[in-house]
Amino acid sequence: MAKYVVKRVLLAFVTVFIICAITFFAMNAIPGGPFNTEKALSPDVKAVLMERYNLDKPVGTQFVLYLQNLIHGDFGVSLKTGREISTIISDAASISARLGGMAAVIAIICGIVLGSFAALMRNKLPDRLIIFFSTLGAAVPSFVLATLLLLVFCIQLKWFPVWSSRDPSYVLPVIALSLYPMAYITRLTKTSMLDALSQDYVRTARAKGVPQWKVIFKHGLRNALIPVITYVGPMVAYILTGSLVVENIFTIGGLGTQMVDGITNRDYPLIMATTIFLAILMVAMNLISDLIYKLVDPRITFK
Amino acid sequence: MQNENNIPKKNPLSLQMDLSKFQLATEEEKAQQDVMSESTTFFKDGMRKLMKNPLAVGSIIVLVLVILLATFGPMVVPYGYDEMISIDGRRDKRAKNLAPFTWSETEQKYIDEGGELFPHILGTDELCRDYFVRVLYGTRVSLLVGLFASLIVLVIGLLYGSISGYVGGKADLIMMRIVDIIYSLPDMLMVILLSVVLKETLGPAIKGTVFDKIGTNMLSLFLVFGFLYWVSMARLVRGQILSVKENEYILAARAIGTKPGRIIRKHILPNCISVIIISTALQIPSAIFTESFLSFLGLGVQAPMPSLGSLANAAREGLQSYPYKLVFPAVMICLIVLAFNLLGDGLRDAFDPKLRR
Repeated sequence: MAKYVVKRVLLAFVTVFIICAITFFAMNAIPGGPFNTEKALSPDVKAVLMERYNLDKPVGTQFVLYLQNLIHGDFGVSLKTGREISTIISDAASISARLGGMAAVIAIICGIVLGSFAALMRNKLPDRLIIFFSTLGAAVPSFVLATLLLLVFCIQLKWFPVWSSRDPSYVLPVIALSLYPMAYITRLTKTSMLDALSQDYVRTARAKGVPQWKVIFKHGLRNALIPVITYVGPMVAYILTGSLVVENIFTIGGLGTQMVDGITNRDYPLIMATTIFLAILMVAMNLISDLIYKLVDPRITFK
Repeated sequence: MQNENNIPKKNPLSLQMDLSKFQLATEEEKAQQDVMSESTTFFKDGMRKLMKNPLAVGSIIVLVLVILLATFGPMVVPYGYDEMISIDGRRDKRAKNLAPFTWSETEQKYIDEGGELFPHILGTDELCRDYFVRVLYGTRVSLLVGLFASLIVLVIGLLYGSISGYVGGKADLIMMRIVDIIYSLPDMLMVILLSVVLKETLGPAIKGTVFDKIGTNMLSLFLVFGFLYWVSMARLVRGQILSVKENEYILAARAIGTKPGRIIRKHILPNCISVIIISTALQIPSAIFTESFLSFLGLGVQAPMPSLGSLANAAREGLQSYPYKLVFPAVMICLIVLAFNLLGDGLRDAFDPKLRR
């Protein structure tokens, strides 16, 4: 167990480092720099700026310098606005975390409830309806859903206000973001619940006269949730990337918006910081969901 | 001496049965004795199961219709995807943002004077281009991206996975660590970053070659897919090969000195082909999804070439006045993705021996 954990954690560090390296060299390979846009700066000013941000040095040296600063917890300042990157990230992350967290919780709870319900009502009308809508839900891209929700509920019906930072309304973005993972979890729960309920120990429990709710929750659901846990890692990844578009549509200034802005403005420190932040989050979630998976299911052995 | 049925005449002293008293069975009677059902191959059996699944058959029909429409539609409609509507060689500036099946004033006048025009089935866009043709081209682009991306993933994953699985040992260990790392890269971040980088750097490099016609954006999409998404295919192929490798016929083939390449091609791959085909079929909708996502963010195919994602993105501008412009490409994406998903599920149910009851 300990050996496996150490191995996975090491691999996670290597992954984050590789992402850092790829991002750094990739963004430096994009033609144009942060200071060549809009008004042309005088060569002297530009040279001073380039020197201040170490942009005049070779890319390899820049990378080493960046890593050194990073280890000291210094993300640098935005080349566009001059704000501290760490404040930008923490502001944006708090919005994204609220959005993503709510979407994840709703997706998991609704998905598990709907999925178990469908499994218990197998081949009856509720099951058919739930599976029909979850299949449909998995085929609608988040940007289409988000745009339609915005059009219908914000603009036509005016049920929800358009997003503003002072009066944030999370309802529509959260729905747009949670539909796909919810549909996926519903189908996943249904199959694994059916599987769990057809096991011998469930028949034994029923034969012993264990109450129905206890059979469903203790013997069925607990075992049916194991595959759902493995989906949590990929789901977080989906929600984070999905939030790129959903934030864009609802004009929410979260992490996704910052990253896209960073790329279009060639704001190198901002690109690096958002990528590293998101990468660490995803790698960590994957790691955690893998470890929990191995912990809850004693049948899985460690190699 | 023999009679007409080739039955030897019975010796009167023999105690054996007199064969000439028996009648030969007809072919029909012989067939009745045959309890064996018609022999069927794995592929035929799977196809029969697939054809019994109404959802899978429905999605095959939908896909064929969409593909036919995307291929032949643009030949029938006399407008180009980047062509502004013009009457008698002059640009018709009034043909802007027309609703489906309507004409601009200039066009109406032309028709009243006896001219014939092809209807704008889905209206026109803000640059006076026929929207129906643009949606058809968008569908074509999205389908091509989906198919080619899955093909690239298939080829790379197949090669890598089969080598890694067959060779085994240290090589396998190292190759699989590389796969692990690429697998845990956050794909969408990398896709966005790489597509921006490749778009900017590829342009000068491919100028004047065949690739120039495909466009840098499209090419960078393929490269990104080739770079990132082959890993799950490689894992799958490797796992399959590891299990097939243990069979006796592989040992026999190796004992008579068959070369590894031939063993992989002739003995191992045919035995895991169904699993590979299913996962390729499921790869197509995810590639289409990713492409539309990127195009929506403005990182996909190059304007004026439309894709379903970029059409949906463009439709956001006048969303309140012309909501149908979002609806058509959006419905098309949903239809294609849904059909491929259902077909993939159907294929898995029909061909995956593990799911068979």
